[in-house]
Amino acid sequence: MITAGMDLGAKTIKIVIMKDGQVIARVKKLSGFEQEILAKEVMNEALVQAGIELDQVDKTVATGVGRKTAPFATDIITEVGAAARGAIARNPNLRTVLDIGAEEGRAIIVTPEGRVKDFAINEKCAAGSGTFVEAMARALEITIEDFGPMSLTSDKAVPMNAQCAVFAESEVVSLLHARTPKNDITRAVCDAISSRIVSMARRVSIEPEVILIGGMAYNVGFVASMKRTLTEMVIQVPDNPEFVGAEGAAWIAHDKLGG
Amino acid sequence: MPQKKEFWRWKEYNWHDEDIDPHAGEIISAGVDVGSVSSQVVIIVDGKLYAFSSMRTGSDSPDSARNAMSWALENTGLEIDDINFVVGTGYGRVNVPMAHKAITEIACHARGANFMYGPKVRTILDMGGQDCKAIRCDHRGKVTNFLMNDKCAAGTGRGMEVFADLLQVSIEDVGELSFKVDHEPDPVSSTCVVFAKTEAAGLLRQGWNKNLVLAAYSSAMAHRVFTLIERLGVEPEFAITGGIAKNIGVVHRLEDELGMKALSSDIDSQIAGALGAALFAKALYEKKMKKK
Repeated sequence: MITAGMDLGAKTIKIVIMKDGQVIARVKKLSGFEQEILAKEVMNEALVQAGIELDQVDKTVATGVGRKTAPFATDIITEVGAAARGAIARNPNLRTVLDIGAEEGRAIIVTPEGRVKDFAINEKCAAGSGTFVEAMARALEITIEDFGPMSLTSDKAVPMNAQCAVFAESEVVSLLHARTPKNDITRAVCDAISSRIVSMARRVSIEPEVILIGGMAYNVGFVASMKRTLTEMVIQVPDNPEFVGAEGAAWIAHDKLGG
Repeated sequence: MPQKKEFWRWKEYNWHDEDIDPHAGEIISAGVDVGSVSSQVVIIVDGKLYAFSSMRTGSDSPDSARNAMSWALENTGLEIDDINFVVGTGYGRVNVPMAHKAITEIACHARGANFMYGPKVRTILDMGGQDCKAIRCDHRGKVTNFLMNDKCAAGTGRGMEVFADLLQVSIEDVGELSFKVDHEPDPVSSTCVVFAKTEAAGLLRQGWNKNLVLAAYSSAMAHRVFTLIERLGVEPEFAITGGIAKNIGVVHRLEDELGMKALSSDIDSQIAGALGAALFAKALYEKKMKKK
């Protein structure tokens, strides 16, 4: 049985093709205004990677903010549902999924079957999402790839007062004017966003084990801050953390076919 | 290298009343409002508005206060030592070097609005650069209750500056242009300014013109402050102070939503805080003199 999961996110499109529960292709591309056309391109690439044709895919399920316009998909699933299913497939002992994407942050409590028991979500505010880090990287004139590693070189906790990304950008500029080292500022940004995520997560009761997924999980500085903030829990960061939602969608396709 | 035009940058200005001889007055008092984005100084002579200045706040509060003060004094023939009492207010009020006392901007805006709009004003919306406050006051301009948003750029002047820059429209023109549309569009749906920017870029791509996007953002901002003021409860009469009060795009849409007109005044809405501080300064000086 071959299934596909597409995750049409705010920033990137992720597609996973799965054969009998094993991932045989995964492709990610930056999203844009023509999400539908881009999604087709990503799907073609994934098919080439898997070495199959489109009609060999038995079922496709879409998730993500652009799921309603997804080509090929016969079913859709919410981001929360997809993340829960994908995460439990990675590790059946998980109970809490922290999914931090480009424009949303989610804390999800899952049952052993991969169902959603409770969740909290922030989609209203850029503080607590990947966009926040991108805006600060712009103000600091560093790349997003350098952001995490740079913050690890700091051992100083500089406070950030602003919560709003717009105000925080001005604050970062003020800190630079006050000759605060860039690495200390990157750490302050990571600390600020992780404290936002943790306070959101505490609204649902966090249970072990905890997994961190979504694009922000690539940021080692953010992961370190999360570990400092949520001291009572062990936080796991899986391989390919950004693909967990797409995998979840592929799993749901698999489940629907009775696999 | 060509200088990039900064569309958000509004004009700085000063003014004084030629018809008043400040040296003939008994009490000269001043209010210094160091806000997060702009700084104002107001000088009053025996309770009459005499001079004011409005400037962009720099990175250093004491310097911003000093600069705004010397600009307000420019060509007046007055010196800083001629001023009997100075009250500092605003976000940077504790860092006003020439101030004898600091008073919160909420109290000062209520006091200033009472002077500008008369004793009938009961609800004041102060729309500042980096925050927004809904204030209720009594007939003497004394604060009875307030609510404030200082956490989020949505509904603040800074949010509008971001849009002026994005659409390359001078901040002063935003209000008027937002009405040059053939229909009133739905408001921008994102609350967060950062997300609203992305949404606006998408709208422009769909073929919306700049004015239509400005209209959509202005009504989103009006709705945002409407929810704040609704939570406090609006008691007429109603007035708006701060920089956004000059943006008719937001003001008229807010008036429509409230079903109520905002009071108008000949006095610049942006100096309300500093004016309130100057009025407090006068009262405090009189009290001090009585004690002697």
